[in-house]
Amino acid sequence: MNKRWIWIGAAVAVLAALGTFGILALLQNVAQRQAEAREVAFRVVEITEDTYESSVWGRNFPLQYDTFMRTEEYGVETPFGGNVPYEKLDKYPQLRIMWQGFPFELSFREDRGHHWFLFDQRQTRRVQERAQPGSCLHCHSSVVEAYRIAAVQAGLPVEKIHTEEALRKGFDAINAMPWAEADTLVRNPLACIDCHEPQTMRLRITRPSLKDGLVKLANSDDPVPHLPSIERWRAGDRRVPYDANRLASRHEMRSMICAQCHVEYYFDRPPVRTLIFPWSEGLKVEQQLQHYDNYGWRDWTHPRAGSGQMKVQHPEFELWSQGPHANVACADCHMPFERVGAVKITNHHARSPLLNIRQSCQTCHNVAEDELKRRVVTIQTRTAALEKKAKDAVVELIAAIESAHQAGATDEALNEARTLHRSSQFKVDWIFNENSRGFHAPQESARILAEAMNEARKGILSAHKAEAAAKAAGQ
Amino acid sequence: MRDWLMGGGILLVAALFLGLMAGAGAFTADRAQALSYLSDDPQVCVNCHVMREVHTSWERSSHRNVARCVDCHLPHDPVGKWVGKAIDGWNHSVAFTLQNFHEPIQLKPRGRAIVEQNCVNCHIDLVHGIVHARTGAGAHASLPAGKRSGISCLHCHLDVGHGQ
Repeated sequence: MNKRWIWIGAAVAVLAALGTFGILALLQNVAQRQAEAREVAFRVVEITEDTYESSVWGRNFPLQYDTFMRTEEYGVETPFGGNVPYEKLDKYPQLRIMWQGFPFELSFREDRGHHWFLFDQRQTRRVQERAQPGSCLHCHSSVVEAYRIAAVQAGLPVEKIHTEEALRKGFDAINAMPWAEADTLVRNPLACIDCHEPQTMRLRITRPSLKDGLVKLANSDDPVPHLPSIERWRAGDRRVPYDANRLASRHEMRSMICAQCHVEYYFDRPPVRTLIFPWSEGLKVEQQLQHYDNYGWRDWTHPRAGSGQMKVQHPEFELWSQGPHANVACADCHMPFERVGAVKITNHHARSPLLNIRQSCQTCHNVAEDELKRRVVTIQTRTAALEKKAKDAVVELIAAIESAHQAGATDEALNEARTLHRSSQFKVDWIFNENSRGFHAPQESARILAEAMNEARKGILSAHKAEAAAKAAGQ
Repeated sequence: MRDWLMGGGILLVAALFLGLMAGAGAFTADRAQALSYLSDDPQVCVNCHVMREVHTSWERSSHRNVARCVDCHLPHDPVGKWVGKAIDGWNHSVAFTLQNFHEPIQLKPRGRAIVEQNCVNCHIDLVHGIVHARTGAGAHASLPAGKRSGISCLHCHLDVGHGQ
């Protein structure tokens, strides 16, 4: 036979073999994709109200658990945030002056992910060197178990341990404890049971302070169109207090769950130290200040200025409520849905959307990634510039009041300047400690900072006037 | 053996392998529901699970009773339709096999131009003024159809067919 035909035959055989190999590999791929398309949820363990360890829940929900465990990662910087635990007091030197006399003058680090919030609290100088109440554990631990145990110890019948009443009773008991004692009752940072009902995985509010806060908010007349269940409750007969666990939609819950902690709050007077959200007038900064004024509240008295101050915590929920993104939920951007195989899961690696623009932003905004990022950073850069000017003005005001006081100005003469110090520092603090650097509500942030600057400058004028008057009287 | 191969047996072996390949190919094509892709049924588009969300939201959209997937996403002329089907089919198969596509799934410029043209195909009675304006000497003449920078139906009506 012709030698050429032999070579052709051999080549065809080899190519056909390779082709068959490829086709079978494709067959396997097709089979794999088709297998993905079948629903995958395997119940391998029973999860109950007494399952406090997230790793057990993770056996039934491995995909969600994998992403949840990634909150352990840190060391990523975004232009104005991220999770590198640097010392903010060094980066923003005005803070040591603004917070003088309050534990935050010791240390205030950038926070890391949910995985770290119990560990990091135990390390901070604020807790190590100053006495703190058990109220802190409300948001720095998976406190559900501790509340229940404390409730039983406080006399609640044990068969009621899984009720809301138990959480309430434990909340009261632990708030009143010194932090060091309360800390021995908790084991874990954030866990599944803090947000999910064990049988159905339904979202559920476990923190009594948010329940109280929402009741107060519902009873106020601050419009909350982004929380329609509250608007519906207001339109009803209002006989039963507003209850988010009963009335809120799943969409609202995907934000309210976060509002259990990502809010402004204060610890009430001893001995109870109840954790309270200042929402009786509404969610806006002036309404919170009004709440504090009505209650005659101050966190501490500023040693140089003599004014009553509040250290604002992190009013993310409140600022988001004033912004254009209030129509989407916290989880939509910070814990976006993502596809794993054919399954759509919520990514439990809660973090800055800037680190996951595709899933967080592009689901709605069909715009290139770098353009989206530029838009966000533009807003944040502008807010940061205003914020620096406002902080500088507040620091100048503190010096002006101190100087007037040393020159002999009376408390009465300094009253106006001190009141302006209280409100201007509260507003700057509100935007500074809110963790979106203005993005959650850009125009509202700029408005608040403009108000703060104006009040601080008016305060400086007032203090100068008081100082001049004191000097004139002394001569 | 060597004599048998050199004497023409090699062709028999080649034929055997070719037959195997044809069989495996046919079996794979059957398993992958290859022939179904010749149809216009929207159900075919959810053979692959990545299209589920899109299909589900189309079923709830304003266009569900008047336009199927292909009515918007393939050209309406017979040649363009089959060329488009072939290009999309190849691209989608490669993307879904290798799992290397952008998520959320985005329309590329070619696909976008097809959809834009199909908006006009059905709604010409309503939009002939606009179409004329951008092709004639009107105010919108300099705005090319279907481009990001130009006048575009989808710029405002992005979700009439389906959500993301």
